[in-house]
Amino acid sequence: MSEARTDVEPPTPIDRRRSKAEPSDRSGVRYPRWFWPSFAVPGTVWLLVLFVLPFYVILSVAFGTVDLFRNPLPVWQPWYWTTAHFQDVFGKLFGSNAFLRPAVIRTFLYVAVASAICLVVGYAVAYYVSRFGGRRKTLLLVLLISPFWISYLMRMLAWVNLLQDEGYVNRLLQFLNLIPEPVHWLEGKPMTVILGLVYGYIPYMILPLYGFLDRIDPDLLQASRDLGASPVRTFLRVTLPLSRPAILAGLVIVSLPMFGDYYTNNMLSNSPRTTMIGNLIDDAVGSPGQGPQAAVIVVLLMIMLMVPMLYYMRSTQKASGAV
Amino acid sequence: MSETVATRAGMPELAATQPVARGFRRWWKDPWRKPRFLEALTWAYLAWSIVPVAIAVLLSFNAGRSNTTFQTFGLRWWFDDPDGESLFQDEALRTALTQTLKLSVITMLIAVPLGVSFALGLDRWRGRGSGPANFLMLLTFVLPEIILGVAMLLVVRFLLTFVHLGTTAQVLGLVTFQISYPVIIVRARLLSIGKEYEEAAMDLGAPPRQAIRRVLLPLLYPAIFASFAIVFADTIDNFVTVRYLSGPASSEPLSLKIYTVARGAATPAVNAAATFMLGSSTVAIALGYIAYRYLSRGQRAGVQEFTAQV
Repeated sequence: MSEARTDVEPPTPIDRRRSKAEPSDRSGVRYPRWFWPSFAVPGTVWLLVLFVLPFYVILSVAFGTVDLFRNPLPVWQPWYWTTAHFQDVFGKLFGSNAFLRPAVIRTFLYVAVASAICLVVGYAVAYYVSRFGGRRKTLLLVLLISPFWISYLMRMLAWVNLLQDEGYVNRLLQFLNLIPEPVHWLEGKPMTVILGLVYGYIPYMILPLYGFLDRIDPDLLQASRDLGASPVRTFLRVTLPLSRPAILAGLVIVSLPMFGDYYTNNMLSNSPRTTMIGNLIDDAVGSPGQGPQAAVIVVLLMIMLMVPMLYYMRSTQKASGAV
Repeated sequence: MSETVATRAGMPELAATQPVARGFRRWWKDPWRKPRFLEALTWAYLAWSIVPVAIAVLLSFNAGRSNTTFQTFGLRWWFDDPDGESLFQDEALRTALTQTLKLSVITMLIAVPLGVSFALGLDRWRGRGSGPANFLMLLTFVLPEIILGVAMLLVVRFLLTFVHLGTTAQVLGLVTFQISYPVIIVRARLLSIGKEYEEAAMDLGAPPRQAIRRVLLPLLYPAIFASFAIVFADTIDNFVTVRYLSGPASSEPLSLKIYTVARGAATPAVNAAATFMLGSSTVAIALGYIAYRYLSRGQRAGVQEFTAQV
């Protein structure tokens, strides 16, 4: 990319004229000041009205009050905000009757296990395709990205079909004599939910990892091998340390949606035994009188995910700036 | 060593395994051996990721009532069910199908122009305000969809009450959620184009507006078409935002029908609906890819570059 730029460097006279006009920034010369910002205005206004404003409403509901029928009454003036709903939810999280707590702990557990599986399998696959894909690389890539345009719901529906009591999975396992009678996979099995999460989100891990591993200079690995390191040692001492940022970014990008996921759970388990944070929010939104609770949990989830989100945003910024 | 083992009476089998073990050790130590294990794992992963969906597609062509067991081939659940419960016969499913396509087209037509203009602005505007605007855009990209969905629902319910739940609210929510895709794709392309072409155009006397319309925009076409395809395909699959912002039953798209019916008394018509969505997304992506190839001919533009855009 940098060569392309130097190729088309304009001849010197123009350069001089431009540097006289504005020595520090050569590009902004011939555009009026308002020119580029005006392109960003529609998008910015859209996001202000339909992204920032909704968050203000969420805060107003979370810090607001309720009417006689326990319908949320948003309080628009921040100086009248009350923390009653927050105290209520904190009581349900940490108090003596902490019936929301198991779902939170479960969420962390499921997300940790599912992300770990995504990382191990995803790394191996991305590594193989980037290093040894060879002539079949294009085919492998098409197969790897195919889940992106298959609807998430369809991918879950496929497992609902397979995991029914009389579905193909049970029949295969029975045929192999591994289980005496059909297992009820879809009735509140944590394993099913975790596998569903892995199945749903692992493509988001593989593609960035692949993109990163593919850019590692093969000469570095060759040098390591020439200096006598075994393949395993080369991997552990060269490839793995180099790919640390991609691993972190991948873990963030798969775990963020998992924290807000409720549909995987509802489709593959639909049982209170596997409730996650996303289900708490979704159930609260759906039931009358619990609007404020939904808003409070959304605010808490948002605060909790702020650090990984900021990390991811910074890392992508850095990556695009480095190109 | 193998001779001494072989002479030892009563342990002939060891003699046989010894060379195998040594062969294994040599194979293991060989620095240039092929990564058989990784290869097997990769293909196993691909099979695991694709076969279930393939079976789901197959079940939509089931002639029987079951959506767990394939009996014989038939198009009954597409348009030929005696009870009229198939995808193209059932009134509710047909409405949902129209709604899916309607939402996708409208969202695409709003989100892509908005995003392209936003990308140009963010890329070239170096002043106060560009930082926060960029931050907001990236935040919509990483935020779990449920947070955005609930926020949109509350804003429509309490503040922007003139927006009705249903198609309008759904489109507003979808565009907010999708706008980051065209921005990210177009910015990546802008970065690789550089500023030289438009500067050359302006050196030759073109006013800024014309330099953009006649020079920069055509250079951006591949990214713009890729954005159209991706936003369209992704909106077809969208379900969280669309669900929270849906109003009357007629505003429920196919994805929502699949979600509500999947764990109930589902017939293969649900699989047909899912397959239809898959087909639409595939066509959109394929068209986007062809347009991308055609518009960026002469440059390095294969699947790998296209996926880099995605």
